[in-house]
This record gives sequence, structure tokens and C-alpha cells, in this order.
Amino acid sequence: MTGVPYLSLAIWVPIVGGLLALTAGSDRNAPVARLIALVTALAGFFVTLPLYAGFDTTTASMQFVERAPWVTRFSIEYYLGVDGISMPFILLNSFITIIVVIAGWEVIDRKVAQYNSGFLIMSGLLNGIFSSLDGILFYVFFEASLIPLYLIIGIWGGPNRVYAAIKFFLYTLLGSLLMLVAILWLFMEAGGSFDILAWHNLKIGMTAQSLIFFAFLASFAVKVPMWPVHTWLPDAHVEAPTGGSVVLAAIALKLGAYGFLRFSLPIVPDAAHQYAPLILSLSLIAVVYIGFVALVQADMKKLVAYSSISHMGFVTLGFFMFNAVAIEGALVQMISHGFVSSAMFLCIGVLYDRVHSRQIADYGGVVNTMPKFAAFFLLFAMANAGLPATSGFVGEFMVVLGAVKFNFWVAFIAATTLILGAAYTLWMYKRVVFGEVANEHVKALADINRREFFFLAVLAACVLVMGVYPQPVTEVMHASVNGLLQHVAVSKL
Amino acid sequence: MDFVMPDFRLAAPELFVAGMSLVILMVTSFATTRARSAAFWLCELALLGALLLTLFSGDVQRSLTFSGMYMSDLFGSFLKILVCLSVAVVLQYGRAYMADRKIDSPEYYMMVLFAALGMMVLISASHFVSMYMGLELMSLSLYGLVAIDRDNPRSTEAGMKYFVLGALASGLLLYGMSMLYGATGTLEIHEIAQRIYERSANDLVVVFGLVFVLVGIAFKLGVVPFHMWVPDVYHGAPTAVTLLVASAPKLAAFAMAFRVLVLGLFDLAEHWQSMLMLLAMASIILGNLAAVAQTNIKRMLAFSGISHMGFMLLGLLSGVVKGEGGTYAVNAYSSAMFYAVAYVMMTLAAFGMVILLSRAGFDAENVDDFKGLNQRSPWFASMMLIVMFSMAGIPFFVGFFAKLSVLQAVIAAGNISNQPHYYWLAVVAVMMSVVGAFYYLRVVKVMYFDDATDQSPIVATLGMRTLLSANALSIAVVGLLPNWLMQICAFTLLH
Repeated sequence: MTGVPYLSLAIWVPIVGGLLALTAGSDRNAPVARLIALVTALAGFFVTLPLYAGFDTTTASMQFVERAPWVTRFSIEYYLGVDGISMPFILLNSFITIIVVIAGWEVIDRKVAQYNSGFLIMSGLLNGIFSSLDGILFYVFFEASLIPLYLIIGIWGGPNRVYAAIKFFLYTLLGSLLMLVAILWLFMEAGGSFDILAWHNLKIGMTAQSLIFFAFLASFAVKVPMWPVHTWLPDAHVEAPTGGSVVLAAIALKLGAYGFLRFSLPIVPDAAHQYAPLILSLSLIAVVYIGFVALVQADMKKLVAYSSISHMGFVTLGFFMFNAVAIEGALVQMISHGFVSSAMFLCIGVLYDRVHSRQIADYGGVVNTMPKFAAFFLLFAMANAGLPATSGFVGEFMVVLGAVKFNFWVAFIAATTLILGAAYTLWMYKRVVFGEVANEHVKALADINRREFFFLAVLAACVLVMGVYPQPVTEVMHASVNGLLQHVAVSKL
Repeated sequence: MDFVMPDFRLAAPELFVAGMSLVILMVTSFATTRARSAAFWLCELALLGALLLTLFSGDVQRSLTFSGMYMSDLFGSFLKILVCLSVAVVLQYGRAYMADRKIDSPEYYMMVLFAALGMMVLISASHFVSMYMGLELMSLSLYGLVAIDRDNPRSTEAGMKYFVLGALASGLLLYGMSMLYGATGTLEIHEIAQRIYERSANDLVVVFGLVFVLVGIAFKLGVVPFHMWVPDVYHGAPTAVTLLVASAPKLAAFAMAFRVLVLGLFDLAEHWQSMLMLLAMASIILGNLAAVAQTNIKRMLAFSGISHMGFMLLGLLSGVVKGEGGTYAVNAYSSAMFYAVAYVMMTLAAFGMVILLSRAGFDAENVDDFKGLNQRSPWFASMMLIVMFSMAGIPFFVGFFAKLSVLQAVIAAGNISNQPHYYWLAVVAVMMSVVGAFYYLRVVKVMYFDDATDQSPIVATLGMRTLLSANALSIAVVGLLPNWLMQICAFTLLH
């Protein structure tokens, strides 16, 4: 380890800032809390920039490694490092945190300090998940991140928030505890080491591989979420405050997918190959069936939530075809989905703050009163549908490309998402934005203010830049994805 | 038989506490006006003194004295320090509570101190007689304490129930001890181990004795199916007494289980491990499921305590595989010990919070009494949040590492012995943790998501506030840096 511990900073700056924001206390000091949160979020983002700037794109090995003993009794280490797969998510996460803080600036007027603190602490924990190379450290961050999200959904969420928060928590806990058993088993097998990279080289028999695969699957499938364990997501999304939905969609959903790449594929490659048809089928069901489910939603947030599940189906589809284009496509899709789904939720948040309804039927003709908003919303809707020149297209295209190589029919079914995605997104857009002004509420709408313009514009820029020139993102992934594929191709029996 | 002068230095902590309790008895009978305050401070002084004496008087080597009745070793010293600490904390938490209810009579302080003495003797016992003496001293004091609010029918009923069932368990324990005596001809724990080792371990009488002894231990730990007293006693006793019953005696009972089972009946490990397996499973399953249905937080914590004890047994039962102990045994027993310590830390803070919300004329008892705590006091709401998530086993809190080390021991046992039922044990345990998480989350839910119905400000002395905060924060701090405590547990077991 040389120089500045950027990864530690990326984890602990937001957490310390979050605790600091708590000291602002009651809502009388709300401006102080907001200011602390914004400064921390910006600082948290700036410390992650060197990760990109100093990243060596030629190697698949871990970079910015930090290693220190933590719990020597079980040789648990504070072991951090990133490769091309995890690094982009740390940047994405830190970036989204800024957006979330700004998005909640005036909207949240209740327990402001706790709200901002929750998001900052979660941001730090999520960075921890992406950079942990020790099994228990990973698990610790993975679990701990449930606490802030549980509170965020439960305190600032909608009417049915308690049910959603508890369901979210228990669902994910159930999965991750099974993963813990698998982690402990690997610890014993590896001769007393929680080093994830050492696990990558462990010889494991087929039965054990299958059991471990399913234990990890239980955890990651819930997080992704894959059909049929996706039911917590629409509830959580609908009830969460806008910021909560953004973090959930942009980052939290990526954890499961990331877990597949860090654990399932390299540790148990034979089981991964053996059960790939299962995962592919579940993914295709998610893509197609959930796409249809999204079509009939009357609630905008629910619609975007289902569209997220469908898009994440694409990601798992890409992973389990074991070719470089598809995996890179899936990774691009993950990042793109981070931007697009956050933007969609923020757009819905903008409407909800004004009308306090998420029902599509309560809107109509919004374009007449909010033209600037309608323009942004259109761009994001198009990106969600996968229109070329937006980031949504790049990932989907690459995955479909990979699928054609793999199997024509898989590619064929997967490609229907381009139609379905367009159908549910644009139909919703049409009903909400176009047409005559539907009612008094819509008539009274004010267009977006400068703050809202700012965060929507920033996200729009991201979506467009990634759509036109994805090179900077794919470039950092190449070496790591190739390294992973070489690793997965070798049997470990 | 020659009379050998016992080494009083080794037993100094117990002797000091015994002496101090007599002093308190005298002081409180003569000084009536300020008796309570004096008794409180003398008690704290006695515990502090015992703590320091334990720290400085004990030998690093294991040594026996009082004709082999009393053992001084690091394991015992460490647990005694924890017992003194937690009883001192109990007194501080309960002080205003007992005073408000006018049940802080001098006898209360006397009996608390006697209970502490009993626990210390129990921890140091290396002989069935001294063990039984310590156990009874502790138990009889606790029976009295539970019923101390004698005008309250619930309190007296709980005391009665505790006494009857406790006496039964003591009887069974004695019966088991007498069988072991009959089979081996000695009451000294090391001697018993030696005799069992020399003859074949499958002697029916020995196994019979083991069963009865185990029942006695299980009763004191409060594990299923010997748990019936737990919810009623926790519920009926004044909260300050519940706090005492729920915390330090578990450490003493753990010490007793360790001394009898591991030191005394090591060669019967195969038998008692499978018995403990049943007890642990039943406790984890029933404790967690029953806790879900509780609306009274004291009952909820009682059932949660049952499941925690089940978890602790998981550590205790995975020490010996294929007749071998070695490093894995130390690992497993230290994980159980770590669990017990972590549990006591969490229980103290949890019941401390219940006491904090109570005031003169009002007992916080229901989960609903925590409603909207975040509006009333964000600080203490976050303290309770730490305690609840820690009990649920969510990182970064000590409860997580306790569960982790126990599960690790279970999986290690499965891995070495190649017996899959250990894995199923771990899987059932984690499944039940999810059930457990539900009721802990419910407490967090009422604190954070619901609006307060009771707007009265939280009244507590500065000492109570500081100590409770320190208690809860220590759960987070040890959760971040658990290594030293784990090392101490392992180290004291090795020596």
C-alpha cells in the first residue's frame, strides 16, 4: 500500500460526516445539517476521483489495496481493494449521494439531520461493500447497510412504509444469513482465511459447490432482485422517499449482481456453469414477464420499480452467458441503470412533491404546465426504453450481442425487452405528460426550479455522454472482465 | 487428616464481599435515616473492592485451596470481574427505580450483594459442595429479590414460582451430583474427571448423574424445556430485579456449565453434546417464535434471552469432535464465553432502557411504551437502536460477532467431524435469527416510525444517563473492535 488510503476515505468520510450531521440535532438547525451533508457528499465524491484517475487499466489485479488485521482471533482482515468491476460503482455511489442530498434539500423538512445522516452513512457502507476483499468485512458492510435503508423507508416513506421496511429487511436478511453460513464454510475449507481472492483458487467438490452456489444465490437473488424473490422491491420503492428509491435502484440493486461476479462465478465456477440455464431462465422470465407486469401498473413508482427488475434481469442474463461482451454489457447496463432509474425516480419525485400522488390517472397534460420538466422526463423515459444514443441502449445492445453468440433464442427473447421497455415507459409518459390538462392539480403545477433543473441536467448529461461515448467506462472493465472469464473457464473440481 | 491452613489470599474477593455485606447489615440497622444511600454506596464499594481484589490477588496459574473446594484461575477471575461490574451497573440502573417504588429497603442491597457473592463462589467452585453452596446463595437471594415488592401480587407470584421450580431444579442437581459421587467416590471436579477417565466412561450411573446435573444447569440458564419460569419471573419481578436476574447469573451459570461439563465430565462429551444440541435447538426455535407473540417487552426480552442462551450452548456443544478437543475446543468454548459476555452487555442495556422509560407511578412494560421515542429523546432512541440491532445480530455491533464466532465453531465442528447435522444446526440457527430480527425490528419500528403517545420528558439522573449511554456505546465499540475481548476469552480459557 502506498500513498493516500483513498478507499478508506471513500468509506469513512461519508460515515463520519453522517455522524457529524446528526449532531445538528433538531429541525431548528436543519440548514446546518443540510450544509454538513452537502459538504460531506462533495468531499466523499472528490476522494473517489483519484480511484479513476490513478486506475491502471492494463491489469486485472486489485488496486489501491489496503490491508490490516482486524479480528486476529478469526484472521479477519480490514482488506480493501478495487478492480475494474468494482471501481466504477464506488464512483457512481458517491456521485448519486450528492444528487440525493440535493434532491432532498427542501423536500425533506422533518428530521432533516437524521435523513441526511442516514444517506451519508449508507453511502459509506455501500462503498465498503464494493471495496471489501475480506469475506466477513464484505458481509459486515452488506448487512450494516440494511439499517439505514430500513430507517429511511420506515421514517420518511409513504403510508404503507412500515410493512415495506420490515419486508425489505427480513427478505434481505434471510438471504444474507445463508450466505454467512457459506462464508464460514469457505473459511474452514481455506484453512482459516476469509481472503476472497484466496477463495478464488480453492478446489471445491461439486456437491459443496452446488450448496455454496445456492447459498450465495439466496442472498444475491433477493438483492438483485430476481424473479420470483422480487416482491419486496415494488413495495420498498413505492413506500420509500424519493432519495431512498434513488439509492435503492441506483446502488443497492447492484450489490446482488456485483456479488455474483465477486463470489459465485469465481469461487464456484463449475456450479455456475451447471446452473447457468436456471439463472438464464429466471432472468428471461424477469425480462419478459416483469415487463408485462410493468405495463399494467397504475402507480408510476411501481412501474419504474418493475422496470428495474426487468433491467436487472438483463444484467444477470449477461453474467451467466460467460462471454466478455455480455458481461461488460451487463456492467454498463448496471451503471446506466444507476443513472436512468435514479433520474426516473427523481422525475416522479418532482411530480409527487407538487401533487402528492403517484397514480398515473391523476396526471395528464403535464407538458402544458411544466415544459422544461417534460423535456427532461422524455429523455429519461427514452433512455429507460433503450433508445440509441442514450446510456440505456449501450448495455442492452451489448448483452443482446453477447446473447446472439450464445444462443439465438435467448437473444430473441431478451430482445423483446426493447419493445416491452418502450411500451410501458412511453405509454406511461404519454398518459402523464401529453394530452389535455387533466385536472386542477395539473393546472396549478409550477415548472421545475433551479435546484431540480440542476440535478436533472447533471443526470441528463451523464446519460447522454455514456450513450454516445461509453469508452471511458468500458475501458476500465476490460482487463478485469477478461481476467474473470479466464478464471471461470477453469474447472475447480 | 492434617489441617492445612487455606490460602485466604486467593479467596480475598469473596471474603471481602462477605465482610462488606455484614458491614452493610450493621450500618443499615443503626443508621436509619440515611441508610439507603449508605447501603447503596457501600454496595458499590464492595463490588469495586472485589473487582480490584480479583484483579490483583489471583494467580495466573490455576490453584486450589480450601481443601480443593475453591479454585482460582484466570477464567474465574475474568468472569468474577464481569459479575462485579454488571451487578454494580444493575444497582446504579435500579437505584431511582427502587426508590420511586419504595422498595429499596436495606434488605434489597443486602440480597443483591449476597447474590453477587453466590455467583462469585459458584464461579470459583471446584467441588460440588462449594458449587451447590454458591448456587443456593445466589438463587435464594434472587427468590427473595423477585418477591421484594411484596404488596404486588404479580411480584410475589413470580417469586413463588421461581422458588418452587428453582428448588426442584436444585433437587435434581443434587440428585445428579450424588449419583456422580456414588460412581466416582469423590465430589471434587478434577478428581471426578480423573476417575471417569480411568474407568470406562459408559457407566450407566455416571450418565444418569450427568442427565440430572445437566437439568439443573439448564434450569439456571433458562433453556427449553426448563424455561417455564423465565417469562413469568422476568415479567413479574420489579424491572430492576429482572435486570439482575437476566444478566450476571448467566455468567455464573456459564461458568458452572463449563466447570462441570468440560472440566469434570469431559469424557462424557459425546453424551452431553447431543443433549445440549437438543436443548439449544429447542431454545432457539421456541424462544424466537414465542418472542414474536409478545407485546410486553419484559416477556419479549425473556424469550429472546432463552434463544440467546440456546445460541450460547451452540458454542459449548461444538468443542469436542471425534473425541478430540485441542484448539477447536478452546475456540468453541471461548466463542460461547464471548457470547455470554456479549449477551450480558446487551441485556443490561436493554433492561436499562426499560427502567429509563419508567418513572414514579409508571412502569414501562409494553413494547408500545417505546412509541415515538425518537421524538422524545433521539439520543436514547439511537441507544436502544444499537441494542436491538445488536441482539438481532446485525453488524457492526457486538451481537453480530457473538453469533459469528458461535456459528464458526459449529461449522468448524461439522467440517472436522464431517457430520452434516452440524451444518443443519447452523442453518436452523440462522433461519431463526431472521424470526428474531422481526421482533427486534418491531421495537425499532415503534421507536422510529410511530408517533409518541406519551409526551412526558425522560427523567433520569446524570449517572444513569451516562452509564446507560456508555453501556450501549460499548456494544458498538466492541462491535467495531471485538478482537481484544475475544482474545481475553480465549486466553483465560487456555490457562
